[in-house]
Amino acid sequence: MMKMTLTSSGLILAALGGAAFAQEEPELVINGEIPITTRAEAPASVEGALPEVISGWEFRSPETQSLEEDDFENPGMIFVDDARAQFDTAMGPDDQACSSCHDTPEDLAGARAVYPKWDEEHGEVQTLEMQVNECLTERMSTDAWEYTSNDMTNMMALLASVSRGMPVNVAIDGPAQSTWEQGKDIYYTRYGQLELACANCHEDNYGNMLRADHLSQGQINGFPAYRLKNAQLNSVHDRFKGCIRDTRAETFEPGSPEFIALELYVASRGNGLSVEGPSVRN
Amino acid sequence: MAENVTPRVRVPSKASAGEEITIKTLISHPMESGQRKDKEGNIIPRSIIHRFVTTFNGETVIDVTMEPAISTNPYFEFVAKVPESGTFEFTWFDDDGSEYTESKDVTVG
Repeated sequence: MMKMTLTSSGLILAALGGAAFAQEEPELVINGEIPITTRAEAPASVEGALPEVISGWEFRSPETQSLEEDDFENPGMIFVDDARAQFDTAMGPDDQACSSCHDTPEDLAGARAVYPKWDEEHGEVQTLEMQVNECLTERMSTDAWEYTSNDMTNMMALLASVSRGMPVNVAIDGPAQSTWEQGKDIYYTRYGQLELACANCHEDNYGNMLRADHLSQGQINGFPAYRLKNAQLNSVHDRFKGCIRDTRAETFEPGSPEFIALELYVASRGNGLSVEGPSVRN
Repeated sequence: MAENVTPRVRVPSKASAGEEITIKTLISHPMESGQRKDKEGNIIPRSIIHRFVTTFNGETVIDVTMEPAISTNPYFEFVAKVPESGTFEFTWFDDDGSEYTESKDVTVG
C-alpha cells in the first residue's frame, strides 16, 4: 500500500497563495442539513499566531470539497458503516459490545469535540483512542486495538461522524496545561535534516504552495481523513508521523506521549471549527 | 474472499414518466489487482468485482465489464429514463463467484 509521500523539498515554497483565497467563500453543508464551520475566529491558543483558523476543507479543490457534502459520495462513510457494525458486535469473555453500555453511537455525540482531555482516574491526558482502548481492556476484558489499526480508525470515524457540526472545544487549562505546553514545544521545534517545525509550513506558509501541495493550517478537526492518494482513512497520529518523516527525521510513534501532547495542542488550535470527520482530502 | 462487501444505491423513489433520473451506486470492495506482493514477496491473488449490471423491469440499463485497474470501492453514477413504475435491480459479480444484489422501486406518477 502506498504510504503518504508528501514531497520532501520543504524549502522550495512558491508564493502563490493569498489571492486565491480572497474570492467567494465556499460553504460546507453536509447532507443539506449539517452546517460546518470551516472558518472561525482564532481561539486563545493561537492568539497572535493566526488571524483566523481555517479547516483543511477550504484548501482543497472544488471537486474534493464536494465529496464531503453528501455522505453517499464521501468514501470515508464506508468505514463509518463498518464501525457501526463493530459497535454492536459482542467482544471479550462477557460478550459485551460498545452498545451494551452506550446504546447507539449517537449517544456519544460530542465526545470527539472535547478530546484529547484530562482523565482524572488515570492522571493523564487521554485521546479518544485511549478511551476506546480503556473500554476494551477495562470494561470488556478484551484486547486493546492497535493505535492506528483499521478497527480503531474506523471507530474514530464513527465517533467523529456523530459529532459533525459541533465546535471543537478541547480544554487546555488546569491539569492538561503542562501536556499542552509540551505539545506546543513540539509544534515549534524544528525536526529532521530539513529542519522544519510544524509551524514553518502550517503557520508561516499556509495558503502557499509547497510544490503541488496547497498548504493548509494543519487543522485536525476533519480527522480521520479519507485521503484520495491512498484510498483509506488516515488517523491523526499517522498524519503527524508522515509530516515528521517528511522532514527526514526519526518520528515519534503513534500513541506516544509526544504525539498525544501534540494532538492536544493542535486540536486546541482548531477550537471553534466544527468536527468534520471523516473528511475527504487529497 | 472479499470481506465486508456492502452494496449501496441511491435512486429517487418518485419520477415523472420519461424522466431521466440520476442513479448512484457504490460497493465496498478491496478490488485487489493481482499485481501487488505481500511482505514475503508472494503475489496477492486478484480479487475484484469484474461485472456490474443494472436492469429495470428486466430490461438491461447498463452492463459494465470491470478490470483490475479500478480502485477500491467502485462507484458508478449514471442516468436512466424511467417510462413507467418499476424496479431497478443491481447486481455485482465478484471474482470469487459471489453475487451481490440490491433493488430499488421507482414510482411514476
